[in-house]
Amino acid sequence: MSPPLLSIAGLRARRRDRSAQPILRDVSLTLAAGEVHGILGESGAGKSTVAKAILGLVPRGIRITDGRILLDGRNLLALDSRSLRRILGAEAALIPQDPSTALNPGRRVGAQLTDGLRLWRGLSAAAADRRALALLEEVQIREPARVMWLYPHELSGGMRQRVLIAAAFALEPKLVIADEPTTALDVTVQKQILRLIRVMQTRHRTAVLFVTHALGVAAQICDTLSLLFMGKVMEQGPAADILLAPRHAYTRALLAANPRHDRPASSPEPIPEPVIAACKAEVAAADRADAEDG
Amino acid sequence: MLAAIVLRRSLMTIVTLFGVAIVVFLLLRVAPGDPIAMMISPGAGPDDVAALRARYGLDAPPLIQFWIWLHGILMGDFGTSISLRLDVLSLLAERLPATLELSGLALALGVFLGGAIAVIATLLRRSFVAGLIDAVNGLLLAVPDFVWALAFVLVLGVLIPVLPLSGRIDPALETTFVTRFYLVENLVSGRLALAGDILRHMAMPSLALALPLAAVIARILKEALAEAMQQDYVLLARVKGFSELRLVLGEALRNAVGPTLALTGVQFTFLIGGTVIVERIFSYPGIGNMAIDAVINRDLPLIQGLVLVFGLMFLVVNLVIDLAVVALNPKLRHG
Repeated sequence: MSPPLLSIAGLRARRRDRSAQPILRDVSLTLAAGEVHGILGESGAGKSTVAKAILGLVPRGIRITDGRILLDGRNLLALDSRSLRRILGAEAALIPQDPSTALNPGRRVGAQLTDGLRLWRGLSAAAADRRALALLEEVQIREPARVMWLYPHELSGGMRQRVLIAAAFALEPKLVIADEPTTALDVTVQKQILRLIRVMQTRHRTAVLFVTHALGVAAQICDTLSLLFMGKVMEQGPAADILLAPRHAYTRALLAANPRHDRPASSPEPIPEPVIAACKAEVAAADRADAEDG
Repeated sequence: MLAAIVLRRSLMTIVTLFGVAIVVFLLLRVAPGDPIAMMISPGAGPDDVAALRARYGLDAPPLIQFWIWLHGILMGDFGTSISLRLDVLSLLAERLPATLELSGLALALGVFLGGAIAVIATLLRRSFVAGLIDAVNGLLLAVPDFVWALAFVLVLGVLIPVLPLSGRIDPALETTFVTRFYLVENLVSGRLALAGDILRHMAMPSLALALPLAAVIARILKEALAEAMQQDYVLLARVKGFSELRLVLGEALRNAVGPTLALTGVQFTFLIGGTVIVERIFSYPGIGNMAIDAVINRDLPLIQGLVLVFGLMFLVVNLVIDLAVVALNPKLRHG
C-alpha cells in the first residue's frame, strides 16, 4: 500500500496559559489520497485545532507540544513559515465554516477565484479567468461570467459557499480541509452543498478532511472517521463499521442520540451524563499513564 | 446614486455658505476694532473719518450693509480691501492657488505617511517595534503643526540650513508664470529645476501641516487594519499561501480605508485651518498668511471674503471625503 497523503502522529497541544490544559491528547490519523476522513466531535473536542495545526494556523493561546504532521512525507510542523506557505498554498485548501465572512467584501468574486491560480500556477489573467469560469460552472453557478464581476454581498449564502468550494478546488490541491462547511447554512442548502463537496472530491480525486460536530453529516460524506472527545481519539476506522457496529460507549451514545443519522435535520439529544463521566475518567486515566511514562 | 449625492450635497453647501456669510458678517460687526481708525493718518478730523466711512459704505445700517455685500457676492463682486485698496476677488484669486498647492501637498504627505506608519505597524504587530511605533505616533498626535513648523525652522532652516526659510520661490530665479499654480505649472511644463525649488520651499510648511494628520490617520487606520486582519477572508487568504505584506495590502487595506476616511475626515479640515499660522511662520504667500494681515488691519471686506473661501474649502473637502467613503465601499456604491 502506498504511504498515506496525510499522516498525523502523536499530536499533542496544550493551552499556553498557566492551566496548561491539554487540548489534543496523542491524536493520530491517516488520510489516503482521494479519501474523505471525518473528524467528529462536540464543540471543544479539539477537532478544529487539528485542522488549524495542519494549516499552521494554531491560535496564539495554544501550543503544539509534540507530534508530527506529514503531508506527502514532509513534516509540516518542522517547516519554516515560508516553505509552509508555499506547500499549503499550492497543495492544500480550506472550505471555511461561514461563507458570509470568508469572502473579501471589497474584492470581486473573479479576483478571489483567480489570485491563487496566478500566484502558484503562474497562469495569465486570461487563462486564470477561463479556469475560474469552468470552476463556477462545475459548482453549478448560473451565469458564471456575470458572477465573476459581482461582489460577495451580491450573492446568497449558498452561492457564496459554492464559490468558496470552487476556490478550494481551483488549484487541484491534494488535500482540502472542510471546517464545518454546512453549519452556517439553511438545512435545504446543507444537503446540496454536502453533495457538491462529495461530487467535486470524487471528480478531482482529492483527499478531504471533514471537520464536523454532526454525526448525520459525517455519515453522508465520510469514508473513515475519527471520534474526538476532550482532544482524545475515542474511536477510529471505516465510517460504515463505526456507524453499524460502534465499539466505544461514547460512539454508541452519539448514535443513540441521533436516531436518524441519515437525516442531518433532526436535532440530537444530549449524551447521557454517565457516558460523559466514563469518558472523562478514561481521558484522565490516559493522562496519568502518560505522566508515568514521561 | 453618486450623482444624486453630489447634487444634494452641493445644494446643502450653498445653504451652509449662506449661513457662514451671515455669521461672519454679524461677528465682525460685533467684534471690537474699527477699520477706519486703522487707516486714517494722524491729524485727520471727524469729517475725514465720516467721509471714509461713507466711501466704504460703513455708515449704512448693518442690514443694508449685509444686503449690499450679499448682492455683490452674487454678482461676483466681493468688495474692495480696505487695507490693500484692491479688489477682494482678485486678491483671493492671486493667493488661493498657493494655499491649495500647499494644503494639497500636505494632504498627500499626511495620507502617505499615516498609511505607511499604519501598514508597517500592522506588519510588525508581533514585534517590539510595534510598541516603538506607537510611542512615536503618540508624540506626533500630541504636537501641533505650528510647533513642528518652529522646530523645522530652527533645525533645518537655521542649525543645518538645508531648506529655504520663507517664501514660495527663490526671487533670484528669473521666471514668468502663466498661472498661479506654480508647482503644478512647472511639473506639467517640465521645468523640473524650478519645480524642485518650489518643492524645497514647500517642504517644511507642508510637512508641519502633514504630521498631525499623519498621526491621526496612522492611529485609526492601524485599528481598522487590526480588525480586518482578524476576519475570515484574511485567514482564507493566508491558507492560499499569500505573504503577510499581500494580506495587509491586498486583502485588509481596501476594507480598512473606508472606515478610516470616515473617522479622519474632520482632521483634513484642521489641516486647512492650520495653513493660517503655518503660512505665517514661513512667510508663504497664501490666503492663510493674508488672513492674519486682514484681521490685524480690521479689513472687513477681505476677512469676509477669506472666511467664505475657507468655508467653501471645508465644505468641498467634506463632500469629497463623503463621496470617497461611498465609492470605496462596494455595498454602498451599488445601493
